[in-house]
Amino acid sequence: EVVVAPSRAGLDEEEEAREETPEDREIRREIEKKREIDVVWTWRPGGCAEEPLVCSRFIVAIGRNAAAFLSSFILDSVCWEVVGVVKLWNEWCRTSSTTNVLPTDSFCLFYRLITDPTVLLCQCSCYVAEDQQFQWLEKVFGSMQKKGLQVTILSTCPVADYKTQESTLTLVSPFLKALKTKEFQEQVCCPLLEQPNIVRDLPAA
Amino acid sequence: MFVPCDRGGGSAAPDFKGFTLLMPAVSVGNVGQLAIDLVISTLDMTKVGYFYTDCLVPMVGNNPYATAEENSTELSINAEVYSLPSKKLVVLQIRSPFIKNKYRPFCETLLSWVKSSKCARVVLLSSSHAYQRDDEQLLGTPLRYLLTPDLEKAVGGHMKELNWKEMERVAAYPGISDTEKVLHIPGGGITKLLFTESCSEGIQMAVLLKFCSEGDNIPDAFVLVNYLNEWLQLIKSEVSTSNNSTDPSSQWKIPSSWRLLFGNGLPPALF
Repeated sequence: EVVVAPSRAGLDEEEEAREETPEDREIRREIEKKREIDVVWTWRPGGCAEEPLVCSRFIVAIGRNAAAFLSSFILDSVCWEVVGVVKLWNEWCRTSSTTNVLPTDSFCLFYRLITDPTVLLCQCSCYVAEDQQFQWLEKVFGSMQKKGLQVTILSTCPVADYKTQESTLTLVSPFLKALKTKEFQEQVCCPLLEQPNIVRDLPAA
Repeated sequence: MFVPCDRGGGSAAPDFKGFTLLMPAVSVGNVGQLAIDLVISTLDMTKVGYFYTDCLVPMVGNNPYATAEENSTELSINAEVYSLPSKKLVVLQIRSPFIKNKYRPFCETLLSWVKSSKCARVVLLSSSHAYQRDDEQLLGTPLRYLLTPDLEKAVGGHMKELNWKEMERVAAYPGISDTEKVLHIPGGGITKLLFTESCSEGIQMAVLLKFCSEGDNIPDAFVLVNYLNEWLQLIKSEVSTSNNSTDPSSQWKIPSSWRLLFGNGLPPALF
């Protein structure tokens, strides 16, 4: 049997094959609706909808490790309150709709610092699929007033993915790397991520 | 879609009127993208903006064309635009795969940007699965070109002079002899879609592609970029004094991000 190797370029052969029939379009729309992201802000009194959240600092933890980091060292019920939740579904997970979550659940919650309500935190332990990442971005940041906003993104990657000349056994632990925009003027607490290493998916978005 | 870089001093958005837009298709072996990396790196092109698009998988990293500590910390994302006004060249680099069902929206937005920015023509670098070649294509050069009718009038003759080979059309239904001939570019990503759309929109587009397979595609990238250079003359191909051949391969500068393309070395602890 001749097996065709998948292309690294991530090619989707079906795409170029045929025009979309009305049935195809209908199916695609249904799937898109199912994969739509819903951002629900629970602090807003019912009915009042559109003013943006005033936010000075937004900390986003993406992935189970980063989410667990926040749970272990930052979050507690005294200083932080839940103010929002993202509901989504994809082949890998469905977020729980409750805000009382277990560490093993898939969830995406927003917290606000009670003493300074402009400090927002997001724990996103669910996997946000490729076709949902842009939507997540637009819907979450779309609800915020972004002037003077500082965003910090926490995430983890397997050491096996790190490209380096030296052996990964000798890497210092904890192994931290950062990327920053040129607008970020403060001191970064760890070295910058050097090429050819890159970040992808939601943290990159 | 196009977001210009803020270069400070309140400079206006860059003007691409009359420029040639050079871009890759995300295709087998990523050959087009590698070739574009060579162009940007060698010509030391300046980044002038990026595409804000939901059609590509997000990615970010530090400057892939860094040559020193000082220029290594500029962020780089999945679709960026570089320009070299002295050669009336604007280059789009695409660094991640397309998201499912987003080929067509991307092509439409791209072509409308091409029209609104008044680019004179588009040159698309691409590739196609080598294993899908027919008997005739297995012989001779693995390089092919395509021109939209509007560009054919302008440069078709030049291609003949260069002795370039046009991409063959194949039977729509192989085995049945009198079916219509269609364009088939397996592994070419958005190539066929972008080309057919350009034909119907009256855009001057050329496609330069190479037949190849997945593997170490760096040599394929060099072959493709040299092919491009035969036409656009982006760099001078110096005559090598040792064997009196014109081989410009050594004049292309490999970007620093091509390091460790196939992963880390073997860990010594393995032995």
